[in-house]
Amino acid sequence: MFGPGRGTIPTMLYLDHAASSPLRPEAWAAMEPFRLDVYGNPSGSHAISRRAKNALEDCRDLVASLINADPKEIVFTGGGSEADNLAIKGRAFAEGRRGAIITSPTEHDAVLMSAEHCSSFGSVVTYAKVTADGLVDPAEVASHVAADTAVVSIMMGNNETGVRLPVEEVVAGVKAAHPAAIVHTDAVQGYVSERVDVDALGVDLLSLAAHKFGGPKGVGLLYVRSGTPLAPLVHGGGQELGRRSGTHNVMAVVGMAAAMAALEEERDAFRTRVMGERDAFESTLNELMPDLVVTGAGAPRMVQTSHVRIPRVRNEMLLVRLDRAGLAASAASACQSGAATVSHVLEAMGMSPALARECLRFSFGWSTAEGEGARAARLVAGEAGALR
Amino acid sequence: MRALVAMSGGVDSSVAAALMKEQGWEVMGVTMKLWQGPGGEAPTAGCCTVSDAEDARRVAARLDIPYYVWDYTEEFMSGVVGGFIDDYLTGRTPNPCVECNRTIKFSRLLAHADALDYHVVVTGHYARVTSDGGRYRLWRGVDPDKDQSYVLSMLGQDQLARLCFPVGDLTKDQTRSVADRLGLRTARKPDSQDICFVGQGNYREFLAGQGVAPTQGPIIHQDGRLLGVHHGITNFTIGQRRGLGVAVGEPLYVNDIDPDAGVVTVGNRSDLAVDEVTVEDMSWVDRPVAGSLLAQYRAHGRAVPSEVSLEDGVAIVRFAESQEALARGQTLALYLDEEVVGGGIIRTTA
Repeated sequence: MFGPGRGTIPTMLYLDHAASSPLRPEAWAAMEPFRLDVYGNPSGSHAISRRAKNALEDCRDLVASLINADPKEIVFTGGGSEADNLAIKGRAFAEGRRGAIITSPTEHDAVLMSAEHCSSFGSVVTYAKVTADGLVDPAEVASHVAADTAVVSIMMGNNETGVRLPVEEVVAGVKAAHPAAIVHTDAVQGYVSERVDVDALGVDLLSLAAHKFGGPKGVGLLYVRSGTPLAPLVHGGGQELGRRSGTHNVMAVVGMAAAMAALEEERDAFRTRVMGERDAFESTLNELMPDLVVTGAGAPRMVQTSHVRIPRVRNEMLLVRLDRAGLAASAASACQSGAATVSHVLEAMGMSPALARECLRFSFGWSTAEGEGARAARLVAGEAGALR
Repeated sequence: MRALVAMSGGVDSSVAAALMKEQGWEVMGVTMKLWQGPGGEAPTAGCCTVSDAEDARRVAARLDIPYYVWDYTEEFMSGVVGGFIDDYLTGRTPNPCVECNRTIKFSRLLAHADALDYHVVVTGHYARVTSDGGRYRLWRGVDPDKDQSYVLSMLGQDQLARLCFPVGDLTKDQTRSVADRLGLRTARKPDSQDICFVGQGNYREFLAGQGVAPTQGPIIHQDGRLLGVHHGITNFTIGQRRGLGVAVGEPLYVNDIDPDAGVVTVGNRSDLAVDEVTVEDMSWVDRPVAGSLLAQYRAHGRAVPSEVSLEDGVAIVRFAESQEALARGQTLALYLDEEVVGGGIIRTTA
């Protein structure tokens, strides 16, 4: 009745990890006992509840240690978007204020739409400029900060282009000018390829989403530096120290924690493997299609993402051909109906809609196997060639 | 053989997809996203809503066919909506559905189907295509109440060779029973009525929303009397009776709009009579045809006997009996009995 569709399960070359990664076996192994055996509400007082509560708090300890945080600084959420919403709205509306927000136009919609929502309640939102390579200027970001700034939000790595933003410099610049200013980073993509140490980064708020690194969907976390006032979005039973009410999805939290542990375990190997495949993809594709344009080529990039423009090939058409040929990729920016839209990220980087419609994102991840990068490139070149 | 079905999320295109699949075609479903609000938001009423795309997606899943939503909002905005606004600004009555068929469905979508090696494009239109010695012929759908051949009258041989209208052989009731038999969720979905981008509001609100600033001008009676002042010619279409803002004790109808002078002329019903029209941008299904033909100038209007002559690519259509309220900009389709022979845009009326 709830089957994923008729027919056989497609075996595809999966290069859409930035949309979602398959569940890591370690995550499922940890979750599996929770299917039936650990059903208590962690907020209860009896033995059944305690089992769930213990698992939850073990996970909190684990994930906190993995990002060099204190367990009390971890707020489990229903995913990355919720974490971003909590960071932006929670800061803007903290302590009964309508605080100002500073962000950039290439942020994820979860940040941008949250900021827009706050703006409708009176928060002033300022957008830092973005270069053609998708970078912000830390000094410019810092220049916008004032006494009424509730939060500065600059992402770690862009979900569409894969550009790695200078978060460390942004934090340093902001804090030098205004030591009390609060900085958030959306590390949903950045964490996939880079270890996060919240003290080294210097951020006060940081969002993660489990399914981007092999955990289950619908769970994430917001790191909240101790002493950071935050208005909750979800009111109720006061879970997560009042910062996020609602009975915990313990099984999902367990899966996230296990996936994070597995990722940290193989961190260096992951980076080497994924970057190798991504680079092989780009160099092979560039050999076959010399007019290929790599987005953000002049900026630091995360190792797992390749965002490219193939001149004279409409991305929607190529995606259909690739889907048929067994390669899953993405136009990176889609509307609710699933149509590829002209991305606000590329627009902010100064790209015209016509060129934006020639862009595709290929994103690699933990399950990417050796040789897949070059194989994908040959496939893309063949299918794109057929459209020219 | 591969068939690309344009799925709107309605019952007709759902059944069209199902029938192609039953006939053994390798079918792919595509919803064309044509319209979005100024902030990029999906419309909540009319066609092209997220909920329509969701219906199409669910039908495609039920039929186990691949399904995509393709974004044609830029082409639609510049081609169809831009033309719609221009027509009102120049005192014409546009037919955006015809324009969408001409510039998007049966040009862009066909080209994209080609690029993906799809042999035919399928829609849920009520019309029929037959082939006869390598020549394609276009006919009214069998259901006279649902026939949509009028909005297809601009199709030519190259397009018809690659188009299928599987529900053209069915009545609407039969279409719904096929959907019922296959358990398609769209079986009981009501027909869409509105112009998709205007939605449930009226076109005047739409034009205002698009920044069309109204300019005042005089309303003049056919006999020369100044009757009052109007607040923009875009508020009027030929034949309009209500909302004129003038009262002289007799029913009055708009019978002319002069965009350059900004003058709206009204008159009695008898002043609306049109005996002859010139039709430009003529497109022929096979080859130009003149002589005694049936002419239809509204999507669900009656086809009326007329005598057609051709001059320099323009068709002069003389009606056997005077017709009322024909407007510049309307599409006129020509039929030989049940068969479409061509169509064009009315440029002048007399």
